[in-house]
Amino acid sequence: MSTSALVADAVSSFKANGRIVIVGASLAGLRAAEALRDEGFAGKLTLIGDEKREPYDRPPLSKQVLKGWVPADHTMLPRSREIDAEWHLGIAATGLDRKTKNVRLANGDLIPYDRLLIATGVRSRPWFNKEEAKLKGLFTIRTSDDAEALQKALAAKPKRVLIIGAGFIGSEMASVCRELKLEVTVAERADAPLIGALGGVIGKIAAEMQRDHGVDLRTGVSVEKLEGDAARHVRRAKLSDGTTLDVDVVVASLGSLRNVEWLEGAGLATGFWGVGCDAGCRAFDINGVVTDSIFVAGDIARAPHVLYEYQFMSAEHWDNAVIGARVAAHNMVSLEPDRRPHLLVPQFWSGQFGVNIKGTGVQSFGDEVVITQGSVKERRFAAAYGKRGRIVGAVTFNHGKWLEYYTALIEKSAPFPPPSPGYDVPTDTKPVPAEFPDVRAPTELPTVVLTGHDPTDRGAAFAPARRR
Amino acid sequence: MRIVFDLNRCLGYAQCIPLAPDVLKLNGEEAVMYDPNPDDSQRQGVLRAAASCPVQAIMVDFADNGKETKS
Amino acid sequence: MADMTPEAAWAAAMAYKNRPNPYPFFDELRKTPVVHVGGGLYVVTGYRELLALAHDPRISSDTRRLKARRDGVEGNVSEYGEHGTMINSDPPEHDRMRRQAMRHFGPPDSPYVIADMEPLIQKLCNDSLDKIKASGKRRFDVVDDYGYPVPVAVICKLLGVPMEDEPKFHVWVHDFMAGIMDVGPDMNTEEGKARHERGVTSAEAFANYTAGLIQGYLKKPTDCMFSKLVNEDGPDGPMSVREANINANLLLIAGHDSTVNTISNCVMCMLRTPGCLELLKSRPDLIPGAIEEALRMQASVQFFPSRSATHDIEIGGTVIPKGSPVHLMYGAANRDPLRFPNPNTFDPARQDNQHFGWGSGIHTCFGGPLARLEVNIAFETFLRRVENPRLVCDPPPYRQSNVFRGPEHLLIDVDGIRN
Repeated sequence: MSTSALVADAVSSFKANGRIVIVGASLAGLRAAEALRDEGFAGKLTLIGDEKREPYDRPPLSKQVLKGWVPADHTMLPRSREIDAEWHLGIAATGLDRKTKNVRLANGDLIPYDRLLIATGVRSRPWFNKEEAKLKGLFTIRTSDDAEALQKALAAKPKRVLIIGAGFIGSEMASVCRELKLEVTVAERADAPLIGALGGVIGKIAAEMQRDHGVDLRTGVSVEKLEGDAARHVRRAKLSDGTTLDVDVVVASLGSLRNVEWLEGAGLATGFWGVGCDAGCRAFDINGVVTDSIFVAGDIARAPHVLYEYQFMSAEHWDNAVIGARVAAHNMVSLEPDRRPHLLVPQFWSGQFGVNIKGTGVQSFGDEVVITQGSVKERRFAAAYGKRGRIVGAVTFNHGKWLEYYTALIEKSAPFPPPSPGYDVPTDTKPVPAEFPDVRAPTELPTVVLTGHDPTDRGAAFAPARRR
Repeated sequence: MRIVFDLNRCLGYAQCIPLAPDVLKLNGEEAVMYDPNPDDSQRQGVLRAAASCPVQAIMVDFADNGKETKS
Repeated sequence: MADMTPEAAWAAAMAYKNRPNPYPFFDELRKTPVVHVGGGLYVVTGYRELLALAHDPRISSDTRRLKARRDGVEGNVSEYGEHGTMINSDPPEHDRMRRQAMRHFGPPDSPYVIADMEPLIQKLCNDSLDKIKASGKRRFDVVDDYGYPVPVAVICKLLGVPMEDEPKFHVWVHDFMAGIMDVGPDMNTEEGKARHERGVTSAEAFANYTAGLIQGYLKKPTDCMFSKLVNEDGPDGPMSVREANINANLLLIAGHDSTVNTISNCVMCMLRTPGCLELLKSRPDLIPGAIEEALRMQASVQFFPSRSATHDIEIGGTVIPKGSPVHLMYGAANRDPLRFPNPNTFDPARQDNQHFGWGSGIHTCFGGPLARLEVNIAFETFLRRVENPRLVCDPPPYRQSNVFRGPEHLLIDVDGIRN
């Protein structure tokens, strides 16, 4: 038999009889399952998720759910088709045995696999002080249960809300608080909101937006202590600027931790930034050898990206989960030369303070920024980021229809600054340093991070924040 | 019903919102906010809204579409 | 067909004799998706290229740039006015005017205005069919007897235009469409030039008419969109009288004319496709998608000749020189086989149908949601009540305009009209 006939045989045999296990039953897991069936996979499909609920969409949790418009359990994800899978919901995976090819569950069950997809995503970084973390009225937000609890707390009209961390989610929550006419303080360690993702120049605009809407924004400030009352409910926060705030609700929006603990001992390239995989979603082992049967998708994946010097990119983005899942699914039932790369220009959106902020590319890869269209004062503009004379990212504020023009420029590594538009030219069109913080400086963890060239993550340079 | 917006695709054309204004709202001039699991009584408006999107950013569950089951 | 030069293909695509089916000539043109067709004019018929240019801030819609050119340019749209309406302006003025108008029409400020018109639209559709039923005739014109009356009544109610003036402005709109919204070599004939003259006169009369309405509302504000445009305040302020005059003109024409074409095109596409009528009757959930598919196949606005390049733009293997007029051919790009499988087949259940029937980019149809509501209700009502409709004459006679293209009449035979 020729090699290509052998390969075709192996693929069709696997599609008919193989066993695929997907660990992680949220957005990436669901879309991978749908894609597998679309690809003609007819074998046994198992999905394992530690949350009890069927897959649901998370972005609405920090917006319409928190606002009280939509109940927290009301964001079930639509499906494109029947999946015909065995579901284990409300049970965590606790270990992976690559020799026997089994996933171990919290209840002791062993789930065998021929091919595995890791899609266990991230969880909220908890408050750093374990005792204070037990206080009532202190929240993190990731799951629908979190959102339900926080929604109730906000609906009870607290006197002041304290949000710790002004990343995208923290800022969105502050915006919702103001829409609910609640007093809100935002404490951000870095010099500006969104600074890790968009740099200080744009961060300054984000800070003005917050203050224009009545947010008590404190930058360069960390929260050193939380104190509770006799009922162990949080009542006071001591800030590093020497002030003490009376607060009834505290939300710690400190970024994410990748759910890699269950993979300890499995010999995969796991670390702080997730599971290292190739551009076709195949996981690397701890020595940098690519595996055949283990794939990664979603928030937990870090994969090399051709547009960014092949650095391993970790992206907590919605479309990274959806499209990565689809590519992983295709590659799980394909062999060379039919495998495809997962190469996405990262995109994000954030609705806050009446402004739709959209981004494309990796802004933090750039060192210069220039306003290319519109008016900063009116919060309607586009800005481009450049590195060594090439465009690497862009952001729009209420100017989203222009974003794909910049995406096309990024895909081509077009010159920076981009050509000026034919109209609506900003008053100042000189590129300036983008003012991204030193990677070692304490700041919120941005949602897209380039983590160097080491597949195994050991070299990934991240210094946890030193408390002042 | 179950719907989800691909908010990366969404550019704020807002062609959809007036066709199902109970379910779809515009926050500011460009950011759409929606009820991901609207009541079945909203079906006609939601289907009209989904068809209206120039970038097809609105996904409706296959069971809500009246399509044949893909299996 | 034998290879044609771009100039010849363009002339054929624009010629009235090919109005029923210009698409083979668009296919010919699309061999070079961005191409010079003579007189410095570039036309874009490739999907990918059109999508890119519609989002490119180096493409201007400001027709004053075209007026500066005098050599062989199809710059007929200057009659929309010196200053510029939404359709032929650029940001920031375009964005501001659109916000000022949208304040009284759609979200975020008026999200229910359109939905609130549903009962009126339904009543108008039923009244039109009742009238046909009462007449006892078994053959009627989808355009004159059904497709036209509904949108024109809706837009008059919304804007605040007296219906008793309709016979008057109907003629002006017709002349404008036939004499100004028709481009190409036909316009260089004696007949074309005469048509153009008449169009200019009618456009002027029409402009004076809408200006008069605005003046009236300045003196006596009422609860209609024309009045709110100039009287009500907002973050951008009310629209200036000068801008309101010409935008009012735009809103009235654009607010009904293409809707008429869309209704006729839906019926025509459906009746041309065996089995489609039965499918849509049994699957009304497919109707919204079927309407989009009809717009893909037969875009009611085939292109809008306002655009030009403000820089040299490299695209589709060509460089469009700075200053060149550029026509984004929505109707042609909608049939690009590289984007749409079986592009010339009407498939009411077509997936991933991101067509250009409503335009693309910041100038995407302002009235789209209202038009869709009207067409949805009109089409649903037609399907529910009209028994066994059959096309009498295919292709039907077409209107003159190649920009706002559609059947002049669409005669159908029916067995009856249900209650």
